[in-house]
Amino acid sequence: MTEPTLFELSAAGRKGVNYPDSDVPLTNLPANLLRKDLPMPELSELDVVRHFTHLSRLNYSIDGGFYPLGSCTMKYNPKINEVTSRLSGFANTHPLQPIETVQGNLALMYQLQDLLKEISGFPGITLQPAAGAHGEFVGVLIMRAYHASRNDAKRVKILIPDSAHGTNPATSSMVGMEVAPIPSDARGNVDLVALKAACDDTLAGLMLTNPNTLGLFDENVLEVVRIVHEAGGLVYGDGANLNALLGIVRPGDLGIDVMHFNLHKTFSTPHGGGGPGSGPVGVAAHLVDFLPAPIIEIIEPGSEEMAPLYGFKTPSKTIGRIKSFQGHFGMLVRAYTYILMHGPDGLRKVSEYAVLNANYLLSKIRSTYHLPYDRVCMHEFVVEGFWPDVHDVHALDVAKRLMDYNFHPPTNYFPLIVKEALMIEPTETESKQTLDEFADVMVKIAREAREDPQLLKEAPHNTPVGRLDEVKAARDLVLCCWVPEGE
Amino acid sequence: MNIPTGYKYTDTDEWVRVEGSLATIGVSDFAQDQLSDVVFVEIAVSVNDTVKKGALLGTIESVKAASDINLPISGKVVEINEALSDSPELVNSDPYGKAWMIKIEMSAPDELNNLMDDKAYTTFCAGREH
Repeated sequence: MTEPTLFELSAAGRKGVNYPDSDVPLTNLPANLLRKDLPMPELSELDVVRHFTHLSRLNYSIDGGFYPLGSCTMKYNPKINEVTSRLSGFANTHPLQPIETVQGNLALMYQLQDLLKEISGFPGITLQPAAGAHGEFVGVLIMRAYHASRNDAKRVKILIPDSAHGTNPATSSMVGMEVAPIPSDARGNVDLVALKAACDDTLAGLMLTNPNTLGLFDENVLEVVRIVHEAGGLVYGDGANLNALLGIVRPGDLGIDVMHFNLHKTFSTPHGGGGPGSGPVGVAAHLVDFLPAPIIEIIEPGSEEMAPLYGFKTPSKTIGRIKSFQGHFGMLVRAYTYILMHGPDGLRKVSEYAVLNANYLLSKIRSTYHLPYDRVCMHEFVVEGFWPDVHDVHALDVAKRLMDYNFHPPTNYFPLIVKEALMIEPTETESKQTLDEFADVMVKIAREAREDPQLLKEAPHNTPVGRLDEVKAARDLVLCCWVPEGE
Repeated sequence: MNIPTGYKYTDTDEWVRVEGSLATIGVSDFAQDQLSDVVFVEIAVSVNDTVKKGALLGTIESVKAASDINLPISGKVVEINEALSDSPELVNSDPYGKAWMIKIEMSAPDELNNLMDDKAYTTFCAGREH
């Protein structure tokens, strides 16, 4: 594939915009700031529109096809979210306006805090964190501040089960904690013997992903929480997999102390390029005072005639501000819309169908792909993407071949505790027909692996570009394509 | 799987080659095979550091995953293989030779007794295959 860049499409003298004659006196720019070697492309508006429209059609998106990227909860993002977040009162306000003029925005944030409290069982919420990993960072900062406030600064060790999200150890390191891994037992739960052995007076806490990255609910979660608390540690809950639990289990009720939500997973705000993300954090009662500042509160109670006045409040032992202004407000509007559209019963159905869809899909492919942890799964599952009797065909080849059938590949090679892992999360928004089509293709690819392995090894064949050289991409980093002469 | 004799091995797939009081450390052929193409090696210790068995030696990153390398033995770091930062692929092509990572002047050579010889490590690796 060779796609011309805007620079290659450029034609001297072509313009997209004609400026009107200036009606103010001209000011000359300082001569030493002018340069002659700035090659800006010259294009018409139509050139630019066609270029980017063409590129956008090469992209793969949830609006275009099935996207079973495990751990990412690539559910459909309802279009009504885009309507509500563009309402003038939300879209055309500024965070520096006097609070009296943005009461609607603040009321929405206050109510979203309340909704997340109800969903999670945590009495305190901050909406500031910019994404999931940022929420984790905030959560572990709060854990550290809690121990410091008790003059217990020797607690620097964070335990991370090997079925946790990869961001968990990274977060702990970023906060300056020491990471100690904990193995899983044969059923995919946290190994309680290893957990007990690792608990001592340096324990700051444990970061628990539940359901874990195997898509399994930890059957001993109450015992895990008890052991960590008994040793004086706190339990961080990675809420990235909350999509399996809505209306069924509240992490706060399990005794978990702090957890982040991924609004861009569970609550249907956009991912990645359509983002930004949003990662609110919920905390148990003993951590409420440490929340980032400010949080949204009622600062003057209302009456029958008067609405309350919403404003900002600084928690007494706050870890401080962790994001400019109030986080990604547009995402908060979308998540609020999604929660109100579903209501309590609807949210419970979201999780029930997410779990049902995953188990249905698993049942269709489990006789073809080996399932190392053989249990009823939650919202996702992990199978092995290779067969002992097929030489040199790997999970990566299966993933690439799926693209030829216009499916986004599942997450692969994660979690690390499954060999050649394929981690599949269909989400609740997919129909039985789509799941059946995907399962049929997965079975077909397994047959191709035996009959014509080159078809997999050289895949994808039907995409704008073929197999990319991932090693070269990771080793030879070229981050700048043009540097002005002489620099 | 290449598991040469005369080396000592850990259950986290590092190897140690001993010459006198000097220990050379790297990762095994099994480790590089599991990681697949290595794209980045970062050594977390410096020359003259006094290091303890079990502490972090460095990080190795492949197209699949990033993994910690642990120190199999205590002592003082005397040399670091600078070539790996420019040529991480050596870990794949020559794990026991050009891809050595650090050399340590051992402070507790008795620790070697807790490591596996090639026979024990061969059995250990076989147990992890399907």
